[in-house]
Amino acid sequence: MTEELDLPGQDSDGGSEEVVLTPAELIERLEQAWMNEKFAPDLLESKPEIVECVMEQLDHMEENLRRAKKGDLKISIHRMEMERIRYVLSSYLRCRLMKIEKFFPHVLEKEKTRHEEEPSSLSPEEFAFAKEYMANTETYLRNVALKHMPPNLQKVDLLRSVPKPDLDSYVFLRVKERQENILVEPETDEQRKFSLVTREWRPSWRIRNPWLC
Amino acid sequence: MFCDRAIELVRELHRAPEGQLLAFNEDGLRQVLEEMKALYEQNQSDVNEAKSGGRSDLIPTIKFRHCSLLRNRRCIIAYLYDRLLRIRALRWEYGSVLPNILRFHMSAEEVEWFNHYKKSLATYMRSLGGEEGLDITQDMKPPKSLYIEVRCLKDYGEFEVDDGTSVLLKKNSQHFLPRWKCEPLIRQGVLEHVLW
Repeated sequence: MTEELDLPGQDSDGGSEEVVLTPAELIERLEQAWMNEKFAPDLLESKPEIVECVMEQLDHMEENLRRAKKGDLKISIHRMEMERIRYVLSSYLRCRLMKIEKFFPHVLEKEKTRHEEEPSSLSPEEFAFAKEYMANTETYLRNVALKHMPPNLQKVDLLRSVPKPDLDSYVFLRVKERQENILVEPETDEQRKFSLVTREWRPSWRIRNPWLC
Repeated sequence: MFCDRAIELVRELHRAPEGQLLAFNEDGLRQVLEEMKALYEQNQSDVNEAKSGGRSDLIPTIKFRHCSLLRNRRCIIAYLYDRLLRIRALRWEYGSVLPNILRFHMSAEEVEWFNHYKKSLATYMRSLGGEEGLDITQDMKPPKSLYIEVRCLKDYGEFEVDDGTSVLLKKNSQHFLPRWKCEPLIRQGVLEHVLW
């Protein structure tokens, strides 16, 4: 399959232009988004274009398999490929959903206070899901317990009760290109400067956001 | 001492092994709420006393009762929320239809919460594109092979495989079937993956 896929991208002016990807490149982007999401403690930027394109790709493959000659060996191999892609996509979306559910008040608050130009960490459907989850949980707690409590205790601030994602947790980085003099932990007295060289999985530096992955 | 019943609720959860859902302790909850009501009323009268009668020596007691009230509330919410998380996990483990034993352990409001949750999840999954969206509760493990050997644990009946042929799933029969078709049945306990 050598056809190319259109993916909305951004040029330097901030306008969108179509970025054309081969299926292999698309899957690579999916895998990268998946790894980043798995290793990051908080919810990362949503990638609805990737999800949409991968779904299209899977549908396409299914179509091709339906039309193929029965008993062809290629069918099994393509099926396996489809299974793997579907697994990665499902795992990616599950990971995101788990974080949305775990940090639901913070995720919604972040979305509420986001600026126009900032990219959203929630797709429209995830946003709807998060809102429903919050409403569902709040209604449940209110009806089962809170409304039976003394009047001054009936309000619970979920933003304070539900723990925030731990942005100080350690993350693994893979360096993609050589960078000189990266400042790690700039707030501390010992300001260490590193040269980061491409190597496999240098372990644990404390950084706020895995922006190198 | 105050908050005993509340701590019992939390301890009950702590004792239950990971993910297990015990019966909803309605009595326990009610008792904690009653204690909260009693504490609040005592505080109300003491606050009036302190204000009008100038009894500022009551203030430490008032503060103490308030702390107990906050503790009770925290324990109750922790108990309820932890149960919700366990119930949420059931959707991912068992699918949309829960076994009856588990339903009996849930309160009516928990069942309602569960129904809303699964509806939200279904809407989200359907929106993922394609004809029916993507069921992300499937494909929980990376695929190792295309076909797997399975043994039937219960009588299930006719089961249709992709190319139109169907298989009769009778108890103790073994089949070599496509993995993606078997996954839901394995999770429901109808089939068992046979590992050599």
